[in-house]
Amino acid sequence: MAWFFNSKKTSKESAKKRLQLVLMHDRASINPQLLDKLKEELLQVIEKYVEIDTSGMEISLDGDKRTVALVANIPIKGTR
Amino acid sequence: MASKVFVITSGKGGVGKTTTTAHLGAALALSGKKVAVIDADIGLRNLDIVLGLENRIVYDLVNVIEGACKLSQALVRDKRVEGLSLLPASQSRTKEAVQPEQMKALCDELREQFDYVLVDSPAGIEGGFRSALAGADSAIVVTTPHVAAVRDADRIIGLVEAAEKGSPQLIINRMDMNLIKKGEMLDQEDVVEILAIRLLGIIPEDSAIVSASNKGEPVVMNGKSLSGEAYRRIARRLEGEDVPFIELSSDSGFFNRLKSMISSN
Ligand SMILES: Nc1ncnc2c1ncn2[C@@H]1O[C@H](COP(=O)(O)OP(=O)(O)OP(=O)(O)O)[C@@H](O)[C@H]1O
Ligand SMILES: [Mg+2]
Repeated sequence: MAWFFNSKKTSKESAKKRLQLVLMHDRASINPQLLDKLKEELLQVIEKYVEIDTSGMEISLDGDKRTVALVANIPIKGTR
Repeated sequence: MASKVFVITSGKGGVGKTTTTAHLGAALALSGKKVAVIDADIGLRNLDIVLGLENRIVYDLVNVIEGACKLSQALVRDKRVEGLSLLPASQSRTKEAVQPEQMKALCDELREQFDYVLVDSPAGIEGGFRSALAGADSAIVVTTPHVAAVRDADRIIGLVEAAEKGSPQLIINRMDMNLIKKGEMLDQEDVVEILAIRLLGIIPEDSAIVSASNKGEPVVMNGKSLSGEAYRRIARRLEGEDVPFIELSSDSGFFNRLKSMISSN
């Protein structure tokens, strides 16, 4: 029976996920729009030097305890 | 040096700051401490009525700050709970009547005479909160397990830390075991993981809290209620004792209703 109950996400799981994400933005004072803009400009700079795989890249906020870090994982295809 | 002046704060309104100040203050006093509770919610006086002291007020916090009376004249001593004194808020003034430096001076004066000083902060992050925070050694942040309250708690924690008052301690109020069991409410581990500060206590959703404020009697005076026990344990933790957290019960469940029906007969 357990699978039956587990198949539906409980509201507390959504609450936790949503809070963790929004607090990351709150703590860094970065809203999602600003983060998108930052990503865009960051890529422009990096692309000047190396060729990157934009489909495999990931730039996001990550947090541990009460500190927030900007984490970027940008696969490089080759140098220009 | 251990903290003795605590600000009870939350960011979001209505989550239980005044309730916590009243019952935790009473619990500390019942354990033999000298405790002053200050209502810093100027203009929205509440702590007096929750404690049942509303008819004994002569002077208030603003009178003391403006020098219209002495501190000792404004302090209302609770006759039922020995060691507990209330400094009421002014009802006819606004938050601007009290500046942070004035609050700090007041808290320093109270510090000399009491073992604990609990400052009931108004909701919000503006001047009223700033003043309430000014005289405190550290903060106790109250939240409920609801998304908006937790988010606001996080904001307040950031402001307390930025004011160099150290990392606050957390009280999670209005925990409902029925909802937690169903996965419809954040539990204490979730909230602590999200806010990443020390958990000082959990308080159940409890009708005893409502009837206590209806009667104007601290819930800790009633030996039986679960919330009263929760506040007594928080008092012991402040004293440095290592006490387990209360076991939440789902007391509106069918079997418990049945049980209490049987036992009340
Ligand atoms: N654990 C609880 N169980 C049941 N009711 C509660 C509990 N905690 C608080 N309440 C009720 O919730 C209401 C709001 O509580 P309280 O006045 O302490 O909040 P507050 O944070 O001081 O509000 P404000 O921001 O307006 O100052 C009160 O009516 C109180 O009785
Ligand atoms: Mg209040």
